[in-house]
Parts: sequence; structure tokens; C-alpha cells
Amino acid sequence: MMFSAYQRRKCADLLVRMACVAASLIALVPLVSVLYYVTARGIGGLNLDFFTELPKPVGEPGGGMANAIWGTLKLVLLACLIGIPPGVMAGVYLAEFGHSRFGKLVRFSADVMAGVPSITVGIFIYSLVVLQTKRFSALAGGIALAVLMLPTVTRTTEELLRLVPESLREAALGLGLPKWRATLRVMLRTAAPGIATGVMLAVARVAGETAPLLFTAFNNRFWGSGLTEPTASLPVNIYTYAVSPYEEWHRQAWAAALVLLVLVLLLNISARLLVRPRVGGR
Amino acid sequence: MTVQSPSRTRSNMNNSSRNDGSSAEETSKSRWDPPVSALVPKMKTVDLHAYFGPAEVLKGISLPIADKQVTAVIGPSGCGKSTFVRCLNRMHEVVPGARAAGRVLLDEQDIYHSDVDSVRVRRRVGMVFQKPNPFPTMSIRDNVLAGLRLNGERPDDPDSVVEKMLRRVALWDEVKDVLGRAGTGLSSGQQQRLCIARSLALEPEVLLMDEPCSALDPIATARVEELIHELRRSYTIVIVTHNMQQAARVANFTAFFYLGTLIEHDRTDVIFTRPKEQRTEDYITGRFG
Amino acid sequence: MLTRFGREVNWGDFVFRRATALVATFVIGALGAMAVAMVMGSWESIAKFGCSFLISSVWDPVRDIYGALPFIYGTLASSLLALAFAVPVSLGVAIFLSELAPAWLRAPVGFLVELLAAVPSVVYGLWGIFVLAPWLRESVEPRLGRWLGFLPFFQGPQHGFGLLAGGIILAIMITPTISSVSREVLRAVPSALREGALGLGATPWEAVRVAVLPLARSGLVGATILGLGRALGETMAITMVIGNRAEISASLFAPSYTMASVIANEFTEATGRLYLSSLAEVGLLLFVVTVLLNIVARLLVWRVGRLPLEGRL
Repeated sequence: MMFSAYQRRKCADLLVRMACVAASLIALVPLVSVLYYVTARGIGGLNLDFFTELPKPVGEPGGGMANAIWGTLKLVLLACLIGIPPGVMAGVYLAEFGHSRFGKLVRFSADVMAGVPSITVGIFIYSLVVLQTKRFSALAGGIALAVLMLPTVTRTTEELLRLVPESLREAALGLGLPKWRATLRVMLRTAAPGIATGVMLAVARVAGETAPLLFTAFNNRFWGSGLTEPTASLPVNIYTYAVSPYEEWHRQAWAAALVLLVLVLLLNISARLLVRPRVGGR
Repeated sequence: MTVQSPSRTRSNMNNSSRNDGSSAEETSKSRWDPPVSALVPKMKTVDLHAYFGPAEVLKGISLPIADKQVTAVIGPSGCGKSTFVRCLNRMHEVVPGARAAGRVLLDEQDIYHSDVDSVRVRRRVGMVFQKPNPFPTMSIRDNVLAGLRLNGERPDDPDSVVEKMLRRVALWDEVKDVLGRAGTGLSSGQQQRLCIARSLALEPEVLLMDEPCSALDPIATARVEELIHELRRSYTIVIVTHNMQQAARVANFTAFFYLGTLIEHDRTDVIFTRPKEQRTEDYITGRFG
Repeated sequence: MLTRFGREVNWGDFVFRRATALVATFVIGALGAMAVAMVMGSWESIAKFGCSFLISSVWDPVRDIYGALPFIYGTLASSLLALAFAVPVSLGVAIFLSELAPAWLRAPVGFLVELLAAVPSVVYGLWGIFVLAPWLRESVEPRLGRWLGFLPFFQGPQHGFGLLAGGIILAIMITPTISSVSREVLRAVPSALREGALGLGATPWEAVRVAVLPLARSGLVGATILGLGRALGETMAITMVIGNRAEISASLFAPSYTMASVIANEFTEATGRLYLSSLAEVGLLLFVVTVLLNIVARLLVWRVGRLPLEGRL
């Protein structure tokens, strides 16, 4: 009797373990499938023209996405310039002075903002920038992506500053440093690798964003010069090409997806592997 | 406080040979220390109270700190000895919710006066912490120079500063070939000496040491204690320790704290041989704490 | 004499504090401005339609009459379907990674699951159009129709594009969110409880069930709600596979339309002011619902432990 109860419990344990392994495998099936299809179908569409040529009109074979690749880099760069400095500063504020009621409100706002759908950020920037300047522009797209990055950069900076041992701050203050120097030159410096990781993850995330660009940066079949013109980007191009009825465009969509995926995964993996946070250890 | 007459000191103390007590070959037992009433104070606390939120951890401490001497602060854990030294360079207020009241005089100037910048105080009153805390992003060399560099100063000859400071803490021979390596790669005893060098590079007048050996092994502890002997020539040192033998070895004066009050302050040999207070004697003899 | 504290003579510190505080205000300001802009943008529609906007299923730009019910239905149906797929899998992954997996397997598997979150939405959409939808059409939907066709959920024409495809693709995209937050919640349960149960002779699963899950429950619910928030707001992938037809049908095979999709598809083409305003109101609804869900989720997760960084990325 004891023995069979024991066996039943062992059996339940085994079943749950198997179910958990199965769940993990199921979760990874889409990843493998996406990586496989994007590679297999995208590689055929890649050639030199893809990286150097502008898109050809419908019906003409060939052409490339040079403007979209450049556009994505431009948008991401803009987003970094606009989004990272305030994000880091707000994060420093939260880590240093965030115990107050105001600090809690900032933290809370950042967390809520991180959960706001990216498409609503698109509408927001549309009414804030596009309606005011009366045109779709790279700048509007960059601002939209920056708004998406802001909460992540803020909270990452805060969390990683909090991981730096308090003893380092004491050492710095004990050397007669004013608080701001202790924070910037010692605390932030020590947390920098970890913050860089977090920022790179945030960049990787916005680099693939499409929805907020649809009505901010819009699209452009040509080189969009300057910041005030509509700009093509890889994600938006993938979308437009994928839902089009043309076989040739589908091929190009897969190729663009491969380029985008490689870009995003490289950013993501190098962020996680190369710049491991060094803080906390000694 | 009454002055103990020399004739009542322990027999193994050599009262007649007066010297500055700094030569390394002499043991602490045989050096001559001035009586507590005759000491020249470098710092002085007057009715110092310290609080963490509502809790009062120091209840009116008045204590002179002798110039160019080593003062040890001992007492059971929780007696406020760490808080006390952190009040001496305004590090106490760094902790959120912590505040202090009363006066702390440095060369007769109140460092808690509202016109005084705590940052200036800390440049004159350096601090070494319980756990060695070299900056992990800097090399050994940069750690020594950190205080100067981060304060925006450019020493004319940084290399000679580094060598001088590392020699002063007797670390030079061990690290002179690896100055570019990370400070955190050293042994904890070496790290602590590096931290002392880092503090000394700013040429402070007073050096506060908050249980500097509690994270070190016995050999490293001995090195740091030797170093304290050396440094006594040029600096005023306040050392917090929970180790009574250490206080007896390194300090000329000893203050015994209990539950946030100063119970007794006297020459170290007096505290350890003929304390006037029963509670001091109980603590010294291991009856509590 | 009592001396005052906190009176900094140091100007650098003063400026430092004020400057960072000012920037921190931007974060609150951005959220507030977003709310204000959304309300202002949709004011015309709110004034014109009032509550009927929520319950009417007529969406007719030609006659300038707008009701969002089909989109609300499509959004809720696809998101709940996604939760039905994603929650069991995510909990399995979380329990596996925090409790049962051998130590050497945890980091790599956790890393791979998080890579799922790194794949851009539009790439999932592309994959959905050319891989997932055809597979559903050829292999899955015919079988479901044959075996379960007596249920209203599995009737009607089988396109591949529809609620089922939308639910699956959302499930894939929210699995990393739910599993990484859940894993962090489970980790926050003190290991002494686990060891206590194991010490009494419990099997590892019993230890989890008896000692860990009861404490983690509210956090796990929070993780699920966080996933739901993400699913509701997801745009590109689901727009590409759900079929985009403003109809309400019980069948999972039928095409549908979500709130985010209608904004993505029609916003740049909307000509009339009222049309634009109605789309903005759809956006406002989405904004309000996701903000509320996030608040609830965070309160639930905070009760157990801190939110992991990954959950926010």
C-alpha cells in the first residue's frame, strides 16, 4: 500500500517533469521555424543589389533596399540620440533620489509607459510632431522610437546603479568627492557595462518596430535626404512587401527580414554575451 | 578625568625613556604616552548626538582626539562606535534618514557648521572602510590617483605620487610590476593597503579607520597594524575595532563605548590594566560583548 | 548648538539634483502628454457617438458612422485565445527553468526563450503569412473541422488567416514575457520553503506545488496579465494574419479584426476628421485598457518580488 502510493507520487513527479520539458520544447519550435524559414527564403534574395540599389517599380525585377537599410540605421541612431541621454539621467535620478513620492511616481510612469502599445505611441507622435510640422519625417520616426526606448533605458539605468555596491559610493565620498562626481565618475562608470547591455537590448527592440513608424516616418521609395522627409525602413518595407500580391516583392521581404533579423539578433546576443554586467563582483 | 601617576603603571613599562613612540622595534607596551589630560586635541566632539530616523545611536559624546596619536574606539557591536567615526568626517549623513547634532571640532572649527562644505571636510579627514573597496573599473595605479583625479586635480608627476603612496603603505614592492592591473585582483590585505594609499594620496590630516582588519586574515592584519604604527608619525588616526588585542597593540588612547555613550577614555594601558569603570572592566575581561 | 543638515553649499550637487529631477519629470510628462493627446484627438468621436461607439458594430467610412465593437471583439478573442495557448506553456517553461531543470540547462534554454522576444513583430507576421497560415489551412483546420466540427468554433470556410492564426502568433510573442516574469516570481520564493518540503520527503514537483506555487500565485497572475497587456497592443504580426474583416463570428477559422490592426491599416488613409478621430478613439481605448492592466499586473507582481528587467524590455 505504502509502496504503490510512493510509486504514484513518483509517477506524478515524472509526468510533470515531462510536461515541463515538453512546454519548453514547444516554446522553442516557433523560434527554430522562424529562424529556418527566414534564412532559407531570405538568403536567395540577397545580393549586392539588395544593399546598394533603390527599389524598382512593380513588375521590374531586381532592385534593392539600400534606402530602407540606411533609413533604419538613421532612425535607430536618431532614437538613440534622443532617447538615451534623458533615459540615463532619469535613471540616475531614480537611483540617487528616487525614495521620494515624486521618485515613485516617475518609476511608476516609466513602468506604465513600457507597457503602452507601440501603435498608440505612433498616434501620439503623429499628433505631436507630424500634425504640427505637417509632414511625415525621419525625425518624427526617431522621436517615436525614442519614446519607446525611454522607459527601458530609465529603469535599466536605475536597476544597474542600484547593483553597484554602496561601499564604492562611500569610498568616493570618503575621498572628498562631491556627490555628483561620486555618482557620475564612480557609480555610473562601474555600472556602465550593464547599462550598455540594457541599452543595446532596447535598441535591438526598437530597431524591429514597425507600428509606430507607419504614421511617423512613413515610407519613401527614394533616398530620403535629411531629417524632415519621409524615410523608408526595413520593418515597414517588410510589411508593405509581405502584404503585396507580387512574388518578387515577397522574395525581397524575406531578404529584408533576414537582414533585419541578423541585425537585431546580433545586437541582442552581443549585448548579452559580450558585455556581461561586471558590477557587484569583486 | 584623573591622571594616573606614572608610578602606578605596569611594571613592564619603561617610564623613564621618553621617546616619540614611533620606532617600529619598540613594542606598544614600552612606549611612553602622555596622560589623557595633557593631550593636544586635533579633533574634539562636544555633546555629539547621532540618529538613524527616530533611533538615537549616539547620546551625547564628548571626546578629544589626540593629535598625531592613534585613538582606538572599542565596544560591543551596536554601541555606536562606527557611527561615531562616521560623524567625524560627515559620512554619517550619507545614509538616508541619518542625521547628527552637536559639535565636531577640527582644529577648533566646527565641521557641522552650516557654512561648512562636507566635501571639504572629507578631504582633510580621510576614511578607510571595513571591507576593502578599491574601484573595480580602475587599475592599481589609477586607484591611488583616484582621489586626486576625480577631484579634478592633475598631479605634476603622477608616477612619483603613486610610488610614494604605495611605499608609504608598504605595497610598492609587491605591486610595482603590475600597476596596470585591476585593483580588485589583489588579495584582500593588499586591497586594504591600496585603499589606505588612496586615502593618503589626498594628504589628509586625520585618517579614520572603521574596523579596517575585520575582513582580513591574521597575516594581512599584522601588516596593516605595522602600517598604522608607521603612519602615526604623520597622521592623527582613529581606529574602530571590535578586537581588544588590536586596540592594545596599535593605540595610544582608547575610548570605550557602550549603548551609544562614552563610558571611559584614557591611555590604552590604563584602560586595559586599571579601568576606572566596572563596565569597562567587564568588557575587557570578556564578561559581555 | 544644533547644526542643520542637508544645507548643501556645494553647487555641483544642487545643479545635479535639479537637472536629473527635471529630466525625470519628462517621463511623467510624456505619459501625461500621451493621455492628453489621445483624448484630444478622439474628442470629436467621443462627442458624436458616446457609448454607442463601444456597442455598435457598424464601421462605415462612407456614411461616416463608426462603432468599434468588431475590433473590441477581435482584440479580446485573439488575446484570450493567445493566453489559452501561452499560459500553460509559459508556466511549464518557468517551472522547468526555475525548479526542475539541471543547472547547466537553465541559462541556455532561458536565453533561447528570451530570443523569442527579440524577433521583430513584422518578421513573425511574414512567417505567419507564408508558413503558419498555409500550415493551418492545409493541415490543422481541416482536421479540427472534421473532428470538432459540431462545435460552432470550428465551422465555416478554412482560410488559414483568421482568429486561430492570430491567437497562435500572439501566443508565441507573449510566451517570453509570461515565462520570464513567472520565472522571476518563482525565484523570489525563499528556497528554505522548497528545501523544507523536500526535507519532509516530498518529490520536487510536490515541493513546487505545496510550497512554491501558493506563495507565487498572485505574481503568476500578474505575469499573465502583463502578457495579456502585450497581446492586446500587439499590432504588426496579428494584422498580417488575422484577415482584417470587421465581422463578429464564433468560428476560430473566420477572419477578424483587432483594434491595433484597424489603426495600422486605416490611419494614414483616413480622410475625414471624424474618421481620424474615431481611429484615435480606438487608440485611446487600447491605451486606457493596457495602462490599467499594467497597473494591476505590476501591483500583483510587486507583492511577490521585483519585476525582472527582461519583463520590461
